[in-house]
Amino acid sequence: MMNNIYKKFEKASIALFALVSTMAWAVNDLPGGPAVRQLNLHPPVTKIAEEQVWLHWFMLIICTVIFVAVFGVMFYSIWKHRKSVGHKAATFHESLKVEIAWTVAPFVIVILMALPATKAVVASKDTSNADITIKATGYQWKWGYDYIKGEGEGIGFISTLDNAQREMSNSGHPEPTDDYLLKVDNPLVVPVDKKVRIITTSNDVIHSFAINSFGIKQDAIPGFVRDTWFRAEKIGDYHGQCQELCGKEHAYMPIHVKVVSAQDYTAWVAEQNKKLAAKQDDPNKVWSMADLMQKGEKVYAANCQACHQANGKGMGPIKPLDGSAVVLNTDKSKQIHVLLNGQNNAMPAWKQLSDSEIAAVISFTKNNWSNKTGQMVQPAEVHAARQ
Amino acid sequence: MSAVLHPHGHGADHAHDDHHGAPHGWRRWVYATNHKDIGTLYLLFAFTMLIIGGILALGIRAELFKPGLQLVNPELFNQLTTMHGLIMVFGAIMPAFVGFANWMIPLQIGAADMAFARMNNFSFWLMIPAALMLAGSFFMPGGAPAGGWTIYAPLTLQMGPSMDAAIFALHILGASSIMGSINIIVTILNMRAPGMTLMKMPMFVWTWLITAYLLIAVMPVLAGAITMTLTDRHFGTTFFNPAAGGDPVMFQHIFWFFGHPEVYIMILPAFGIISQIVPAFARKKLFGYASMVYATSSIAILSFIVWAHHMYTTGMPVTGQLFFMYATMLISVPTGVKVFNWIATMWKGSMTFETPMLFAVGFIFVFTMGGFTGLILSMAPIDLQLQDGYYVVAHFHYVLVAGSLFSMFAAYYYWSPKWTGVMYNETRGKIHFWWTLISFNVTFFPMHFLGLAGMPRRYADYPMQFADFNALASVGAFAFGIAQVYFFFFVVLPTMRGKGEPAPQRPWEAAEGLEWEVPSPAPFHTFETPPKLNRDATRIVA
Repeated sequence: MMNNIYKKFEKASIALFALVSTMAWAVNDLPGGPAVRQLNLHPPVTKIAEEQVWLHWFMLIICTVIFVAVFGVMFYSIWKHRKSVGHKAATFHESLKVEIAWTVAPFVIVILMALPATKAVVASKDTSNADITIKATGYQWKWGYDYIKGEGEGIGFISTLDNAQREMSNSGHPEPTDDYLLKVDNPLVVPVDKKVRIITTSNDVIHSFAINSFGIKQDAIPGFVRDTWFRAEKIGDYHGQCQELCGKEHAYMPIHVKVVSAQDYTAWVAEQNKKLAAKQDDPNKVWSMADLMQKGEKVYAANCQACHQANGKGMGPIKPLDGSAVVLNTDKSKQIHVLLNGQNNAMPAWKQLSDSEIAAVISFTKNNWSNKTGQMVQPAEVHAARQ
Repeated sequence: MSAVLHPHGHGADHAHDDHHGAPHGWRRWVYATNHKDIGTLYLLFAFTMLIIGGILALGIRAELFKPGLQLVNPELFNQLTTMHGLIMVFGAIMPAFVGFANWMIPLQIGAADMAFARMNNFSFWLMIPAALMLAGSFFMPGGAPAGGWTIYAPLTLQMGPSMDAAIFALHILGASSIMGSINIIVTILNMRAPGMTLMKMPMFVWTWLITAYLLIAVMPVLAGAITMTLTDRHFGTTFFNPAAGGDPVMFQHIFWFFGHPEVYIMILPAFGIISQIVPAFARKKLFGYASMVYATSSIAILSFIVWAHHMYTTGMPVTGQLFFMYATMLISVPTGVKVFNWIATMWKGSMTFETPMLFAVGFIFVFTMGGFTGLILSMAPIDLQLQDGYYVVAHFHYVLVAGSLFSMFAAYYYWSPKWTGVMYNETRGKIHFWWTLISFNVTFFPMHFLGLAGMPRRYADYPMQFADFNALASVGAFAFGIAQVYFFFFVVLPTMRGKGEPAPQRPWEAAEGLEWEVPSPAPFHTFETPPKLNRDATRIVA
């Protein structure tokens, strides 16, 4: 009988172990991102982050010592001063001296803690004399980066979560992936050992730009410009995620910063500038339907699909495009207006997209799924509507 | 003849109970003006909301059990986190403490009832439509509000009609809280029995007096913030709407000017409860009574000048960050004094560990962990790593669950013999304690690691490196939830039905206070004429 129970127990524990070990997802540590079962802050790659890690250890040790001391006393008392061991209650219940002592002592400790913290606060707030200034704009739900000053000035692009990963999340059975929900199409590229100032703002609601390894976190607030800075001391990829609740896709707007050597950065800037020149829209170019559809599909996947879904049916409060009156309307200006200006607080404005991108994505929605209008929108029409 | 469930006034010993023609059946509850009945209503209401809020929390934990979205979509996930927060703060913890106040304050100060009996009824019944509106928002077009319990603008401008329902619900709950607070303040200041001077009041009464002032000071501030949100949404104002020059950061300032004192509203009465239970089971007077009163007052005053430590990442000037950092760190001083006083009370006592004491000691131990993580978070540079992450989630659950909720369990076990006239089952109480304590820590301790590793809060899905600790937390959460169901069905319900050993008038050997001067269960009316008190104001002298 006992043996039987034991065997059952053994079986159950093997099953439980199997469950636990499958739970330990077959993923590896992500350098510059989270490690598997990471217990402490990220390894720092800036002076500020280093200081934070030091401060955290400093605080943790002091707090642990106090905690152990105080509760050592309490548990000693619980052990010795029990009724069941025959301890008789003392009658003291007041002592001004003791009260003053344990008010003053914590006060002194707190001041000791505040000193190094003050130094770190002042350092982290000094955004002067930056080598490169980049504006990070939060959009629902992606990041826009514009290089404003320093090498690379004029470069600007949008950085979005890899769509395959977003779909894996929806499927409920994501494949083991080291950079799950952290992979973006266009990472932010910065040179090593240069002071980079990040200006944050937002296009819609509050987001927050954060990279743990750099020790920075700065809210991106619509209508306001805020700043923070870092000087990365190691080449590599560093990951962060939006930190301020910004709506349904809050978990799906990661930040990826690529820190490269000075030469690689110069090369990257040159390449970007070339691309930029090539991308420069000729607003008067007339596109064919096939080109518009092909480009529109890409623009749709990168920008629209998260809400309106691949099937164009929308979801919950998100309106469907398939069969939408605005999309099917023969007056093309209606849909152009919605894309440029947004609608009802739910649909954001997409004026940051280029004329050809907007023209392409509108043409795509007008001729995809059951929508067969045959209408085309040319970049020139978007350009005109912007005026 | 329990004062909780059974019709009162049938006992020969209280034949005068019915001289007002007190109603029976449903009228007894709907028209309730008796502080004990209203206290019971508040507590039952709060427990119901605790269970609803808990179910939402389990929805969150079930979704986060492993990476990928299996159960809910991100919209619904945000609704769950938002409503879990709102319901627990405004529906469970605050009303529960008001329930304890209703039951105990008149009994502890020797008053016949609360000062404004009908307003008392009104402040309870106002909460029902508010709670229905709040919980019903899930069934409105677009679902429940999904902007977080902090309802930051301008995200709230994107919410559906349920946001308005939530705003109205908060208005009503606020009005109810303000009325409750006025009632408590007037009762305490005007209705104490002769000889019960302020500095002889039980600590629970003291902490509630201070809490009630905090409530009156800050609930109107919240009302202002949400009214501005409402007019921004519908009447063309642009207080917080950046599209027309509004300031979303101002919303955060106003919200946290309410929100930080609110944190202390949810913990000060807990301090009062612990300050009464520890001496009772250490068989020794509370160490440093006066310093406890001063410490509570200093915490309350300091709570008004620390609000922006919730906002270090909004981009404050250096001086602002430093000021709020120093002020926040300062709060640890009076809080530390309280913990030291509790331990000094236990020191050289003659302790026993019935369930109320277990929860009280559990409170001190686990709450202090939450206090220390609070100190760590108060350091602005470290907060840049941890703000809006799981470390913060761990921290505030350590102080609100292991703090406020544990103190309420302690209070229930301590005072329910007086309410119901029967003793709860001690073994079951101990099972409840250990089960709750362990599952609580399994749930929330791993969240410290998740936060340090950078997992943001309010995320429906997360990188896979975070998977193991999330799975562990989810398992703990379900165990914790089941423990509370066990508590209701195996501890509370039997005592409400009057099943169990009859409770003596003084179930706890060394418990002091006027509540132990009346029989168990406490008769429907107590202290109809002001009692004559001894020098300490702890006993009635004939």
